[in-house]
Amino acid sequence: MLRTTIFSASRSLFAKPASLVAVRSYHPKVIDHYERPRNVGSLNKSDPFVGTGLVGAPACGDVMKLQIKVDEETGKIVDVKFKTFGCGSAIASSSYMTERVRGMTLEDAGAIKNTEVAKELSLPPVKLHCSMLAEDAIKSAINDYKRKRAAATGTVSASA
Amino acid sequence: MSFARLTLARGAAPMLRSVRASPQIARIASMAVPRFVVSPSVSAFHTGAKRMQATETQVLITPSAESLGFEVSRAEGESNTRPIYMDMQATSPTDPRVLDAMLPYMTELYGNPHSRTHSYGWETEKAVDKAREEIASLIGADSKEIVYTSGATESNNLSIKGVARFYKGKKNHIITTQTEHKCVLDSCRVLSDEGFDVTYLSVGKNGLISMDDLKAAIRPDTVLVSIMAVNNEIGVIQPLEEIGKLCRSKKIFFHTDAAQAVGKIPIDVNKMNIDLLSISGHKIYGPKGVGALYVRRRPRVRLVPLLTGGGQERGLRSGTVAAPLAVGLGEACRIASEEMAYDHERVKRLSERLVAGIQSKVSHVFRNGDEVQTYPGCVNLSFAYVEGESLLMALKDIALSSGSACTSASLEPSYVLRALGAEDDMAHSSIRFGIGRFTTEEEIDFVISRVVAHVDKLREMSPLWEMVQEGIDISKIEWAQHA
Repeated sequence: MLRTTIFSASRSLFAKPASLVAVRSYHPKVIDHYERPRNVGSLNKSDPFVGTGLVGAPACGDVMKLQIKVDEETGKIVDVKFKTFGCGSAIASSSYMTERVRGMTLEDAGAIKNTEVAKELSLPPVKLHCSMLAEDAIKSAINDYKRKRAAATGTVSASA
Repeated sequence: MSFARLTLARGAAPMLRSVRASPQIARIASMAVPRFVVSPSVSAFHTGAKRMQATETQVLITPSAESLGFEVSRAEGESNTRPIYMDMQATSPTDPRVLDAMLPYMTELYGNPHSRTHSYGWETEKAVDKAREEIASLIGADSKEIVYTSGATESNNLSIKGVARFYKGKKNHIITTQTEHKCVLDSCRVLSDEGFDVTYLSVGKNGLISMDDLKAAIRPDTVLVSIMAVNNEIGVIQPLEEIGKLCRSKKIFFHTDAAQAVGKIPIDVNKMNIDLLSISGHKIYGPKGVGALYVRRRPRVRLVPLLTGGGQERGLRSGTVAAPLAVGLGEACRIASEEMAYDHERVKRLSERLVAGIQSKVSHVFRNGDEVQTYPGCVNLSFAYVEGESLLMALKDIALSSGSACTSASLEPSYVLRALGAEDDMAHSSIRFGIGRFTTEEEIDFVISRVVAHVDKLREMSPLWEMVQEGIDISKIEWAQHA
């Protein structure tokens, strides 16, 4: 009798709850960006209207490359691509950032704070550095673009 | 009277059946179980590359009767969506035969094994002592030398702290390695707070210690050398026999954490001159919450106990022995000694299949640890230019780990891989595959196909991979260290 009782109890033990399958407690938004990353790829680095930001370090486990293509007339970001070596949250942060900055002016894009990325993706405290890296990446890309333009216009005015 | 073979009175099909009475039976049973579930829903992960989409055919493999150790029949329509288990170093499934042996002691035979005044106590004591003999015979010891504990962590704590504290004053120095399990390192840290000197030996690129380093580290006041048998992250087997011989000649106690080794590779405490040896139940298809410590009687090793009280287990570990768990550990050891050769041969074959399968389809994959002196059931691979955690996230149909389960919550790369001198980026790129008694060939093939597809995808989106393809040497780049 005792065994029968235990046996029926063991039945529920073997009926696995569906929640077990959920991916290691990542937020659904992180999973969404991770599984369907937006704007993966590369732009031509030598294009004068493309700014490239490469931040992070392999030793730290995160490297982010973010590239923007800027329309000179409007000063807006017309195309954006990223590649990231890092955890799911790093990939999601960069993917979200590319979506966010498309169509923005450089000034607006440069003003995006990491807290916004962290909030949008509900990043836990241990993953906050991923959002900081995304902020660094867009800033670095904007700076690279500005440097390129300054150099280009500099040479133009010098030759004129 | 086997519990696991009972069927439900309601007339339902047997929920749970012991399937691995022998390897032959296991094979027959597994044939009847459909293992591939073809699902029309296509995985949503893509990087845009057409070539990648070709690999999207979703053939999902789920745990089979063999991998669970049990045959589990489910209600109609309920799909089995658990990931397949490849984390044998974290824990192993309980062998159904172990459960069979334990159940009587969780039901009718509930006596306290230390009760001397009635038959309830005697029958349990008899079973606990029989289990003790099984454990002892697996490592070539005498059953009087086996002390039950709660697991390898307690065994390691007891041996290191126990020996050091007993001989404190006369001898003050302990030697261990940088790649030990956290419980050994932490016991040593506690002892150094108490005034002991601890030497942490470094290991070579292959994960093995150098005997010359060990000789050089030995001092006149060295009391204990603690070196693990099989590493839990990379699977390397340290030269136990040589270490034991050296320690005996210098009259130093030799402790080895054999949680990952017992039942998987042959161990003989006398041949290897081991004085203290830690065993874990749940790493060898036994129950969780039980372990054992071998404590040599001749020459005698003396310990200060961690737990005091009723003086059970020769006074080394007070507290009532968990009889059902002890019986389970004994049965696990009995099975292991009977099937070690068969299991090892099988695990080796599967391991070779896994490594060859992955390396033939993906470049820049490196195996961490020594090529020869490694337990084949622990395969630690570094996938260059792919971050380990993102790969784990992609391989959600497979239960894997990037290292020790105790440290997988931290973001630090594995200290074991760092101790090997691995570049930090390679330490960030490692994944451990654990193969065990119940792993099947189908599971290995499934893992290979998944790993290959996802490593390719993640490399497509890795800036490091792109740079390497462009011929840039990334080790020469001055990376800005992000705070």
